[in-house]
Amino acid sequence: MKKELGIFILLVVLCTVTATINPRFLSAANLTNMANVIGLFGVFSLGLGLVIITSGIDLSVGSMCALTGVVLAMALTEWHWAWPLAALAVLAIPMLLGWAHGALITRMKMQPFIVTLCGLLLYRGVARFIAGDSTKGFGEGASFDTLRQIASGKLMGLPMPFVILLVTGSILWVVLHRSVYGRYLFAVGRNEEAARFSGINTNLVITVAYVVAGLLTGVSGIMIAFYTNSVAPSNHGNFYELYGIAAAVLGGCSLRGGEGSIIGIIIGTALLQVLQNLVNLLGIPSSLNFAVMGAVVLIGALADQWVRMKASRRVTS
Amino acid sequence: MAPLLEMRGISKRFPGVIALDQVSLAVGRGEVLALCGENGAGKSTLMKILGGVYQPEEGELFVDGKPVKISGVTDSMALGIAFIHQELNNLDNLDIAANIFLGREPRNRLGLIDRRKIHADAEPLLRRLGLDMPSTTPLGELSLARQQLVEVAKALSLDAKVIIMDEPTSSLTLAETERLLEVIAELKGQGVSIIYISHRLAEVTHCADRVEVLRDGKNAGGLAKNEIDHDSIVAKMVGREINYARSSPPAAEAKGHLEVRSARSGRFPAQCLSFDAGRGEILGFAGLVGAGRSEIMKAMVGLDPDGSAEVSLGGERLKIRHSRDAISHGIFLVPEDRRKEGLITDMSVRENITLPDLRSYASQGLLSRTRETRAAQEQIGKLAIKTPGPEAMVRNLSGGNQQKVAIGKWLAMSPKVLILDEPTRGIDIGAKAEIYALMRALAADGAVVIVVSSDMEELLHISHRIAVMHEGRITGFLDHSACTEQNVMQLAVGRSVSAAIPPLS
Repeated sequence: MKKELGIFILLVVLCTVTATINPRFLSAANLTNMANVIGLFGVFSLGLGLVIITSGIDLSVGSMCALTGVVLAMALTEWHWAWPLAALAVLAIPMLLGWAHGALITRMKMQPFIVTLCGLLLYRGVARFIAGDSTKGFGEGASFDTLRQIASGKLMGLPMPFVILLVTGSILWVVLHRSVYGRYLFAVGRNEEAARFSGINTNLVITVAYVVAGLLTGVSGIMIAFYTNSVAPSNHGNFYELYGIAAAVLGGCSLRGGEGSIIGIIIGTALLQVLQNLVNLLGIPSSLNFAVMGAVVLIGALADQWVRMKASRRVTS
Repeated sequence: MAPLLEMRGISKRFPGVIALDQVSLAVGRGEVLALCGENGAGKSTLMKILGGVYQPEEGELFVDGKPVKISGVTDSMALGIAFIHQELNNLDNLDIAANIFLGREPRNRLGLIDRRKIHADAEPLLRRLGLDMPSTTPLGELSLARQQLVEVAKALSLDAKVIIMDEPTSSLTLAETERLLEVIAELKGQGVSIIYISHRLAEVTHCADRVEVLRDGKNAGGLAKNEIDHDSIVAKMVGREINYARSSPPAAEAKGHLEVRSARSGRFPAQCLSFDAGRGEILGFAGLVGAGRSEIMKAMVGLDPDGSAEVSLGGERLKIRHSRDAISHGIFLVPEDRRKEGLITDMSVRENITLPDLRSYASQGLLSRTRETRAAQEQIGKLAIKTPGPEAMVRNLSGGNQQKVAIGKWLAMSPKVLILDEPTRGIDIGAKAEIYALMRALAADGAVVIVVSSDMEELLHISHRIAVMHEGRITGFLDHSACTEQNVMQLAVGRSVSAAIPPLS
């Protein structure tokens, strides 16, 4: 709880500073746009957070986004599938891939880093191959307007991605912090051996986390594809896994597993997007974009470590 | 003549506790001083002050009669004090010599490690300790006992005058323990002083020149060589008499409730064994470390992927493929390594206690904190777990209280068969007695209790019947009347004993 508070204060400070220097930060257009991108990135970051809580990692998120984007665009515009079918396929594919990751990690005892690194390369390659390495767009097709509205429309003035983030966030909050599965997830992340000795089906718990992460990547994938409205398979979704990992870590997840919260991950995502916005609004050269993000994540992690060391020193002395 | 090392009037406070209150201690040259006391009596704190880990609020330290100040680990090392921790801090990917000279590697002209010199320096140390292996052997290939001797070699290489050994035998076999005690005697002959901390009073009686007992952070008195015996140490440790009555045998009609047939572990795939246990019976499993007792227990509850066992309970044949199958039939294991396997130490007491039966604290998949807390509080009360509350992290509890949590999580589920593997390792006498009482109560309630222990005294004390294992098989069963140290040892080393009942075929 303290951790979330710390990063929340950082978020508020950054917002205040940016708003003071450039009042456009608080304009309706900017806030709406920001809510939109927070939604786009937040949904898959939540999935990645669950995986990180199992003490795993998923590096394949960006490539999965590219793959789902390509498949969605082609299914709707070239293969002329009905939109519900296309959407279903685009959710099923990453879930299936997530299950495969989970199976390799739990059954074959492979390291999550290796499995999902191979995924990162593999799915990117497949996406480019399917698309013939050419950019796929959605055009003006009316047959899937409903899907477009769901993925990129507005509800009561709020951009749909943000609404979907709030909904998935609420569901996952209950699952992670109040349900039996959530407790198992933390237990497995902390000490898989002891969890197994307590009769928990640790393989299932871990695999489900990767499947849920796949599903959320699929949801994000659809929304991001409609947001960009065209999918260039060679760079669509590049580095998105790193945004997710950064958000989760900023939000209090430990890469050692067994630690993290939904609210933290959402605040972490928001912080990263505010930083990007701040770079634009404050006239910082956009080439410094990643540098700013890297520095802030580093400072955040450093501050957290410092607080921890102080706390443990207080306990021992 | 002034003693080699003296601590006078040492006091140390932690938030809310006085860990040490005016404690004094002296060690002479070439003396083996045993430091005894229950867990939490202040032994570790006192030794950590000597090792430079903690600074005392009050008190003085003298080496060779001269006052000294130890404000860090390096000061302590420079004064010739070496600390061999209970958990070895070895790097098992490096070889013996590299471990001995870790952090002090001699360099050659190129600034690289002078390999010839470290091996040349290491060899005589190994010979001095009777370690007959080249110093190029990777540490990972050594048994725990030999790794410990490497730690002693490291201490000697530092020219240590005092070596502190904290529970050095807790994971050694009997033969290895004897070897260590011989090494201690040799070191003593060479003028090295030893401070020996152990819960195993037989060893203390065997090797100590003097015993100093701490109780509740205070000196509880010392015993000179001719006064050292089991009962007087115990009396000083607890300040009261402990009743070591044997368990009386259970009613005869209780036989054959639990039947285990063709149990096989991945470690000894060629051996298979069978045994029975009755309701209300406490069946002990004796044997040397490495006899395969823990492995069989794990195979029995579905935790050994390469093991198998046919288990019947009350005449019903059970299908056990995963630990959750065993758990659903009321067969629980309290494993040997409580920090790695028995508990999630970074979770709270409440979360640990409810973990194996979590679903029963939930409705529609959502947990009820109130019900969980109630269950945790019930076990805290029943087992007298000393904790600030159900939300305290398990890692902040003492060893004995951690073990109570590891047991408590199963008691909440009314066990039919409870298997306890080394239930009192590293636990003080008071908590031990409570755990024994608990096991007896469980048996009296009609459960089958199986105890695996390397502590002979404990097995003889608690068991109604003892099965003895040697290299993966049962060499014999000892009925209540035949349970003697002599008989157990004979069977444990693979000899036969006429009083024993031969293994089931």
